Amino acid sequence: MTSQSAPMLEAVRLRRLHADRQHCLLDDVSLAVHAGRPLGVMGSSGAGKTLLLRALAMLDPTDSGEVRFQGHVARRASVPWFRCQVIYLHQRPVLPGATVEAALRQPFALVAHRRRRFEEARAVELLGRVGRDASFLEKPTANLSGGEQQLSALVRAMQLDPVVLLLDEPAASLDRDATLAVETLLAEWLEESPGQHSYVWVGHDVEQTRRMTHETAFIHGGRVTREPA
Amino acid sequence: MPGQLIELSVWQIGLAASLVVASAGISLALQLGLHGRLLWASVRCVVQLVLLGLMLRWIFAPGRQWYVVVSLGLAMTLIAGVVAFGRNERRYAGMLLDAVISVWACSWLIAGVALLAVVRPEPWYEPRYAIPLLGMILHSTLNGIALGLNRFTREVYDRRGEIETLLALGATRREAARGPIQEAVRTGMIPTINAMMVMGIVTLPGMMTGQLLAGVDPMQAISYQIVIMFFLAAASALATSGVVLLGYRRLLSADHQLLLERFQQ
Repeated sequence: MTSQSAPMLEAVRLRRLHADRQHCLLDDVSLAVHAGRPLGVMGSSGAGKTLLLRALAMLDPTDSGEVRFQGHVARRASVPWFRCQVIYLHQRPVLPGATVEAALRQPFALVAHRRRRFEEARAVELLGRVGRDASFLEKPTANLSGGEQQLSALVRAMQLDPVVLLLDEPAASLDRDATLAVETLLAEWLEESPGQHSYVWVGHDVEQTRRMTHETAFIHGGRVTREPA
Repeated sequence: MPGQLIELSVWQIGLAASLVVASAGISLALQLGLHGRLLWASVRCVVQLVLLGLMLRWIFAPGRQWYVVVSLGLAMTLIAGVVAFGRNERRYAGMLLDAVISVWACSWLIAGVALLAVVRPEPWYEPRYAIPLLGMILHSTLNGIALGLNRFTREVYDRRGEIETLLALGATRREAARGPIQEAVRTGMIPTINAMMVMGIVTLPGMMTGQLLAGVDPMQAISYQIVIMFFLAAASALATSGVVLLGYRRLLSADHQLLLERFQQ
């Protein structure tokens, strides 16, 4: 798969104005995410990284431009379906549910996932990749560490079999072991279906972002460049 | 049977007022700091009720046209909507309009059923029926809307992380907001349900008391009270659900986005 192939997910001239209508939060941003070629997005705090990721997930309104998934633009009723394929993971995950299993089961109650069912074997398999066994499912979500919350959120998303993951600083404030677990989970997820998955990794750590992605875009003042600002 | 009503003289009212003065004295003795507010509230109460009495005397005069009654009803509705809006801690763009629309649509619908189908005064806008009925219904909708909307905005803001997570996982806006909607409607309806539960046991409702004082047969007064409570329950349920659904559509877009920026600082 090369970067010349049709992108899975594409931002086309995305523009978002500040509430004062004077300043641009996202200024004519265009980028493409290709299958099997994770994209890194770097930039200083307040540069617009999270806004860009949220715009790609269509979680925020934009003033102009569009997000295309496999060549199509999602609107209104098709947005939930789009978000089954392109899942955004918050920097600080929220896990509604008393236990990890309850949190993993929750998405299956949604209409968009009604054709699927929670598969414990799949969840245990994903957790096994990062050294957790089935007993982790019983763990109360209130007792999870930051790293365990991030892992649970990743497993919750991966079990839904999305095409693209949008990761908002997934390793921020995690210790070394948890960071390694997150990286392992993502690397194996890419490898299990070569050329069918991809992700966008927003991060601060240059080395880690280069290690986890095939190419990097830089964002500064809401504009995307190929070189750091 | 108004003939049986004992008319109160100014002296008798003054005697009742002396009890308020005594209460203010207690506040003063116990250094509660409430005597000023109590006396001011009493003065306001007297002035407001006298003005209301004068206005009702004018409105209730024989031969009033329907548009006079409707105009007064509209003014009462607008004030109720503004008050319901004003009781909210966290506001969003368009909230005042949502409150006024909900108060107006729900209270007028229930008042319409009350006047045209249940009580059926002649003519339908007879002020002695229309104004008190609308007033009671407005009070119920106002409380339901204020409580429901306040709870809804607080739930949406406090649970924004959960709502956004659900949206990011493919939830529709309705699925994502289901919890806050249910909590808000429940909160708005609970006072009316509680009032119905204790009706006649703990409380003797004001309207029924008024009818009894006026010499109406107790069973007839009770019939009115039962009907009124049903109107109030329906108005509260409708208005709370209506305003919460309007608010939900403002705070969650048709593209299934949570629009937190709509909250005003």
